[in-house]
Amino acid sequence: MTTPRSTPRSSARRTALGLALAAGLAFVGACSMFMRMPAEQEFGRERTSTTGLYRAVIRPDGDSIPVGKLQRWTLHLETAEGAPLDSATVSVDGGMPQHGHGLPTKPAVTASLGNGDHRVDGMKFNMTGWWVVKFRVQSAMGADSVVFNLKL
Amino acid sequence: MRRYSRLAAALELGVVAVLLFLTTASGARPAGSGRVLWTSAERATLRSLSLASLAPLPSDPSNRFADDDAAATLGGRLFFDTRLSSNGKVSCGTCHLPELGFQDGVPLGVGVGTAGRRTMPIAGTAYSPWQFWDGRADSQWSQALGPLESPVEHGGDRVQYAHRIAGDYKREYESVFGKFPDLRGLPAQAGPVEDAVRRASWDRIAPSRREEITRVYANIGKAIAAFERRVRFTPSRFDRYVEAVLARRPETPADSFSADEEAGLRLFIGKASCTNCHNGALLTDDHFHNTGVPAAKGTTPLDSGRTVGARQVARAEFNCTSRYSDAGPADCAELKYAVLEGPELVRAFKTPSLRNAATRAPFMHAGQIATLPAVLSHYNRAPAAPAGTSELKPLRLSERELRQLEAFLKTLVSPLDVPSRDSLP
Ligand code: HEC
Ligand code: HEC
Repeated sequence: MTTPRSTPRSSARRTALGLALAAGLAFVGACSMFMRMPAEQEFGRERTSTTGLYRAVIRPDGDSIPVGKLQRWTLHLETAEGAPLDSATVSVDGGMPQHGHGLPTKPAVTASLGNGDHRVDGMKFNMTGWWVVKFRVQSAMGADSVVFNLKL
Repeated sequence: MRRYSRLAAALELGVVAVLLFLTTASGARPAGSGRVLWTSAERATLRSLSLASLAPLPSDPSNRFADDDAAATLGGRLFFDTRLSSNGKVSCGTCHLPELGFQDGVPLGVGVGTAGRRTMPIAGTAYSPWQFWDGRADSQWSQALGPLESPVEHGGDRVQYAHRIAGDYKREYESVFGKFPDLRGLPAQAGPVEDAVRRASWDRIAPSRREEITRVYANIGKAIAAFERRVRFTPSRFDRYVEAVLARRPETPADSFSADEEAGLRLFIGKASCTNCHNGALLTDDHFHNTGVPAAKGTTPLDSGRTVGARQVARAEFNCTSRYSDAGPADCAELKYAVLEGPELVRAFKTPSLRNAATRAPFMHAGQIATLPAVLSHYNRAPAAPAGTSELKPLRLSERELRQLEAFLKTLVSPLDVPSRDSLP
């Protein structure tokens, strides 16, 4: 097995890339501080992914999403045509755009339950207000993100 | 339906405006105004902050003796036993004084030496997934095992404590935890502590015996936790006020708020955004935040808070997933899904409960801020953090508003419900 060696050029490029990424993130962070809450129709438990590849539904444990309690959710995924999507790699991320902070925990998709349902563990929200939860979905059809806006 | 509620909201706003006008115009407070001034959304917030909304005491799957009465009685005695220390003078109660709400009123806790941080109160900690200012323990029982072997707190070690249990508490111990191990041939002192001699003695003990002693040590923590779980808050004036507001009862002297207290409460849940972090019935989100608290005098290096606490709890000897924990793998979700690294952890400290905080000067994780007005002035200015980034933004409140916030914080004071100390030595 050969391990790729990093040449001085590629490490410089990597540093530049890192810097650009950091600057980009800082910019996004700064903008999001002034972000306004999205319109009513951007909220809800059913969303289409950013470029339209997938449709997703979140099913929290109960009717309302509690503050300050670790929760397990079910995420239902299907293709734009409505075929359930079982075979996908999904990561979870989120935060409060108006406060510039992320989720208090690092939730993860822990099981595929069949019929397009996926178990999400470790969800937690530690204050009321506007939260964003983003699922990055990667499957044979491609990569896309589904963004949920929640008002707790 | 929607139109109707909008109309109602407009009406409510109108009523509020008229009342506000009346209040300021006459300089006096219209009788019973407090009961009509809260919108339904505000009433929901008030309810969420009230002790009546506190969930039942959560079970602790990592400690199967947590709700055992005999364990709690034993734990209460251990909590106040100064013989569990290197100099025979320090117990948990030395720093956690029941008569001071289980804290000590000094900037840094003083035991065998001086701790690096401010003593935290005990009440309500059974609700928190994280213990200590940096959350480096994930249960009350594992927390208790920290100070016992800390060179500046109790200064002792687990073999010494095992001998103490054998000498004074064997019957009580065995009635809860079962057979006590044979200590014959063990040195008087040994443990994985800072002291090189005692550490070397510990390393010479056979692994199977070390395991037996460590189990006794863990059980000491579990008994103490069973006691601590029973230290609880009782309703404060704030809770009685909320109860009356929600019931729309007319004010009585027992549950009324002054105009300043009411205004302070309004600021607390509104303009001052205190409930961003101090929320729920214990007025804490049990999470970690950098609030730009200045470095403690003479502390080098700078306390990095949760950055180190997160790393420590993940591999702590007594964490939820350890062999000494009674939890199943599915019970340790808080630890499993915890954020363990990232810039937001730098100098982030656990949000303290604000119940009884007004009686707890000096404030913050190393007692850096001496008085309540100075705390409020800190929030008003929102200074830059000495490291990491403060989450606060300047509030631009007037002197009067700061006084009102202070008046409100003082309504959160109430006596604690403490298990009887009759059985204590
Ligand atoms: C020398 C004084 C001192 C002694 C003795 C002491 N503590 Fe503490 N206690 C502290 C300090 C200081 C902290 C905060 C330490 C930190 O965050 O690093 C603390 C934190 C705690 C907490 C965390 C509370 C929370 O909200 O996270 C608990 C619980 C606690 N102590 C219980 C105990 C028990 C049980 C004992 C006896 C086994 C004990 N303490 C002995 C000073 C002391
Ligand atoms: C971003 C989260 C956050 C917000 C917002 C916040 N606090 Fe805090 N509060 C904390 C944390 C974290 C601490 C402990 C900080 C430390 O010791 O470094 C704290 C400490 C305190 C203390 C000291 C308690 C003690 O035991 O030492 C008081 C009092 C207090 N806050 C009141 C308030 C008030 C009043 C407001 C609104 C003006 C407020 N807080 C807003 C997170 C917050």
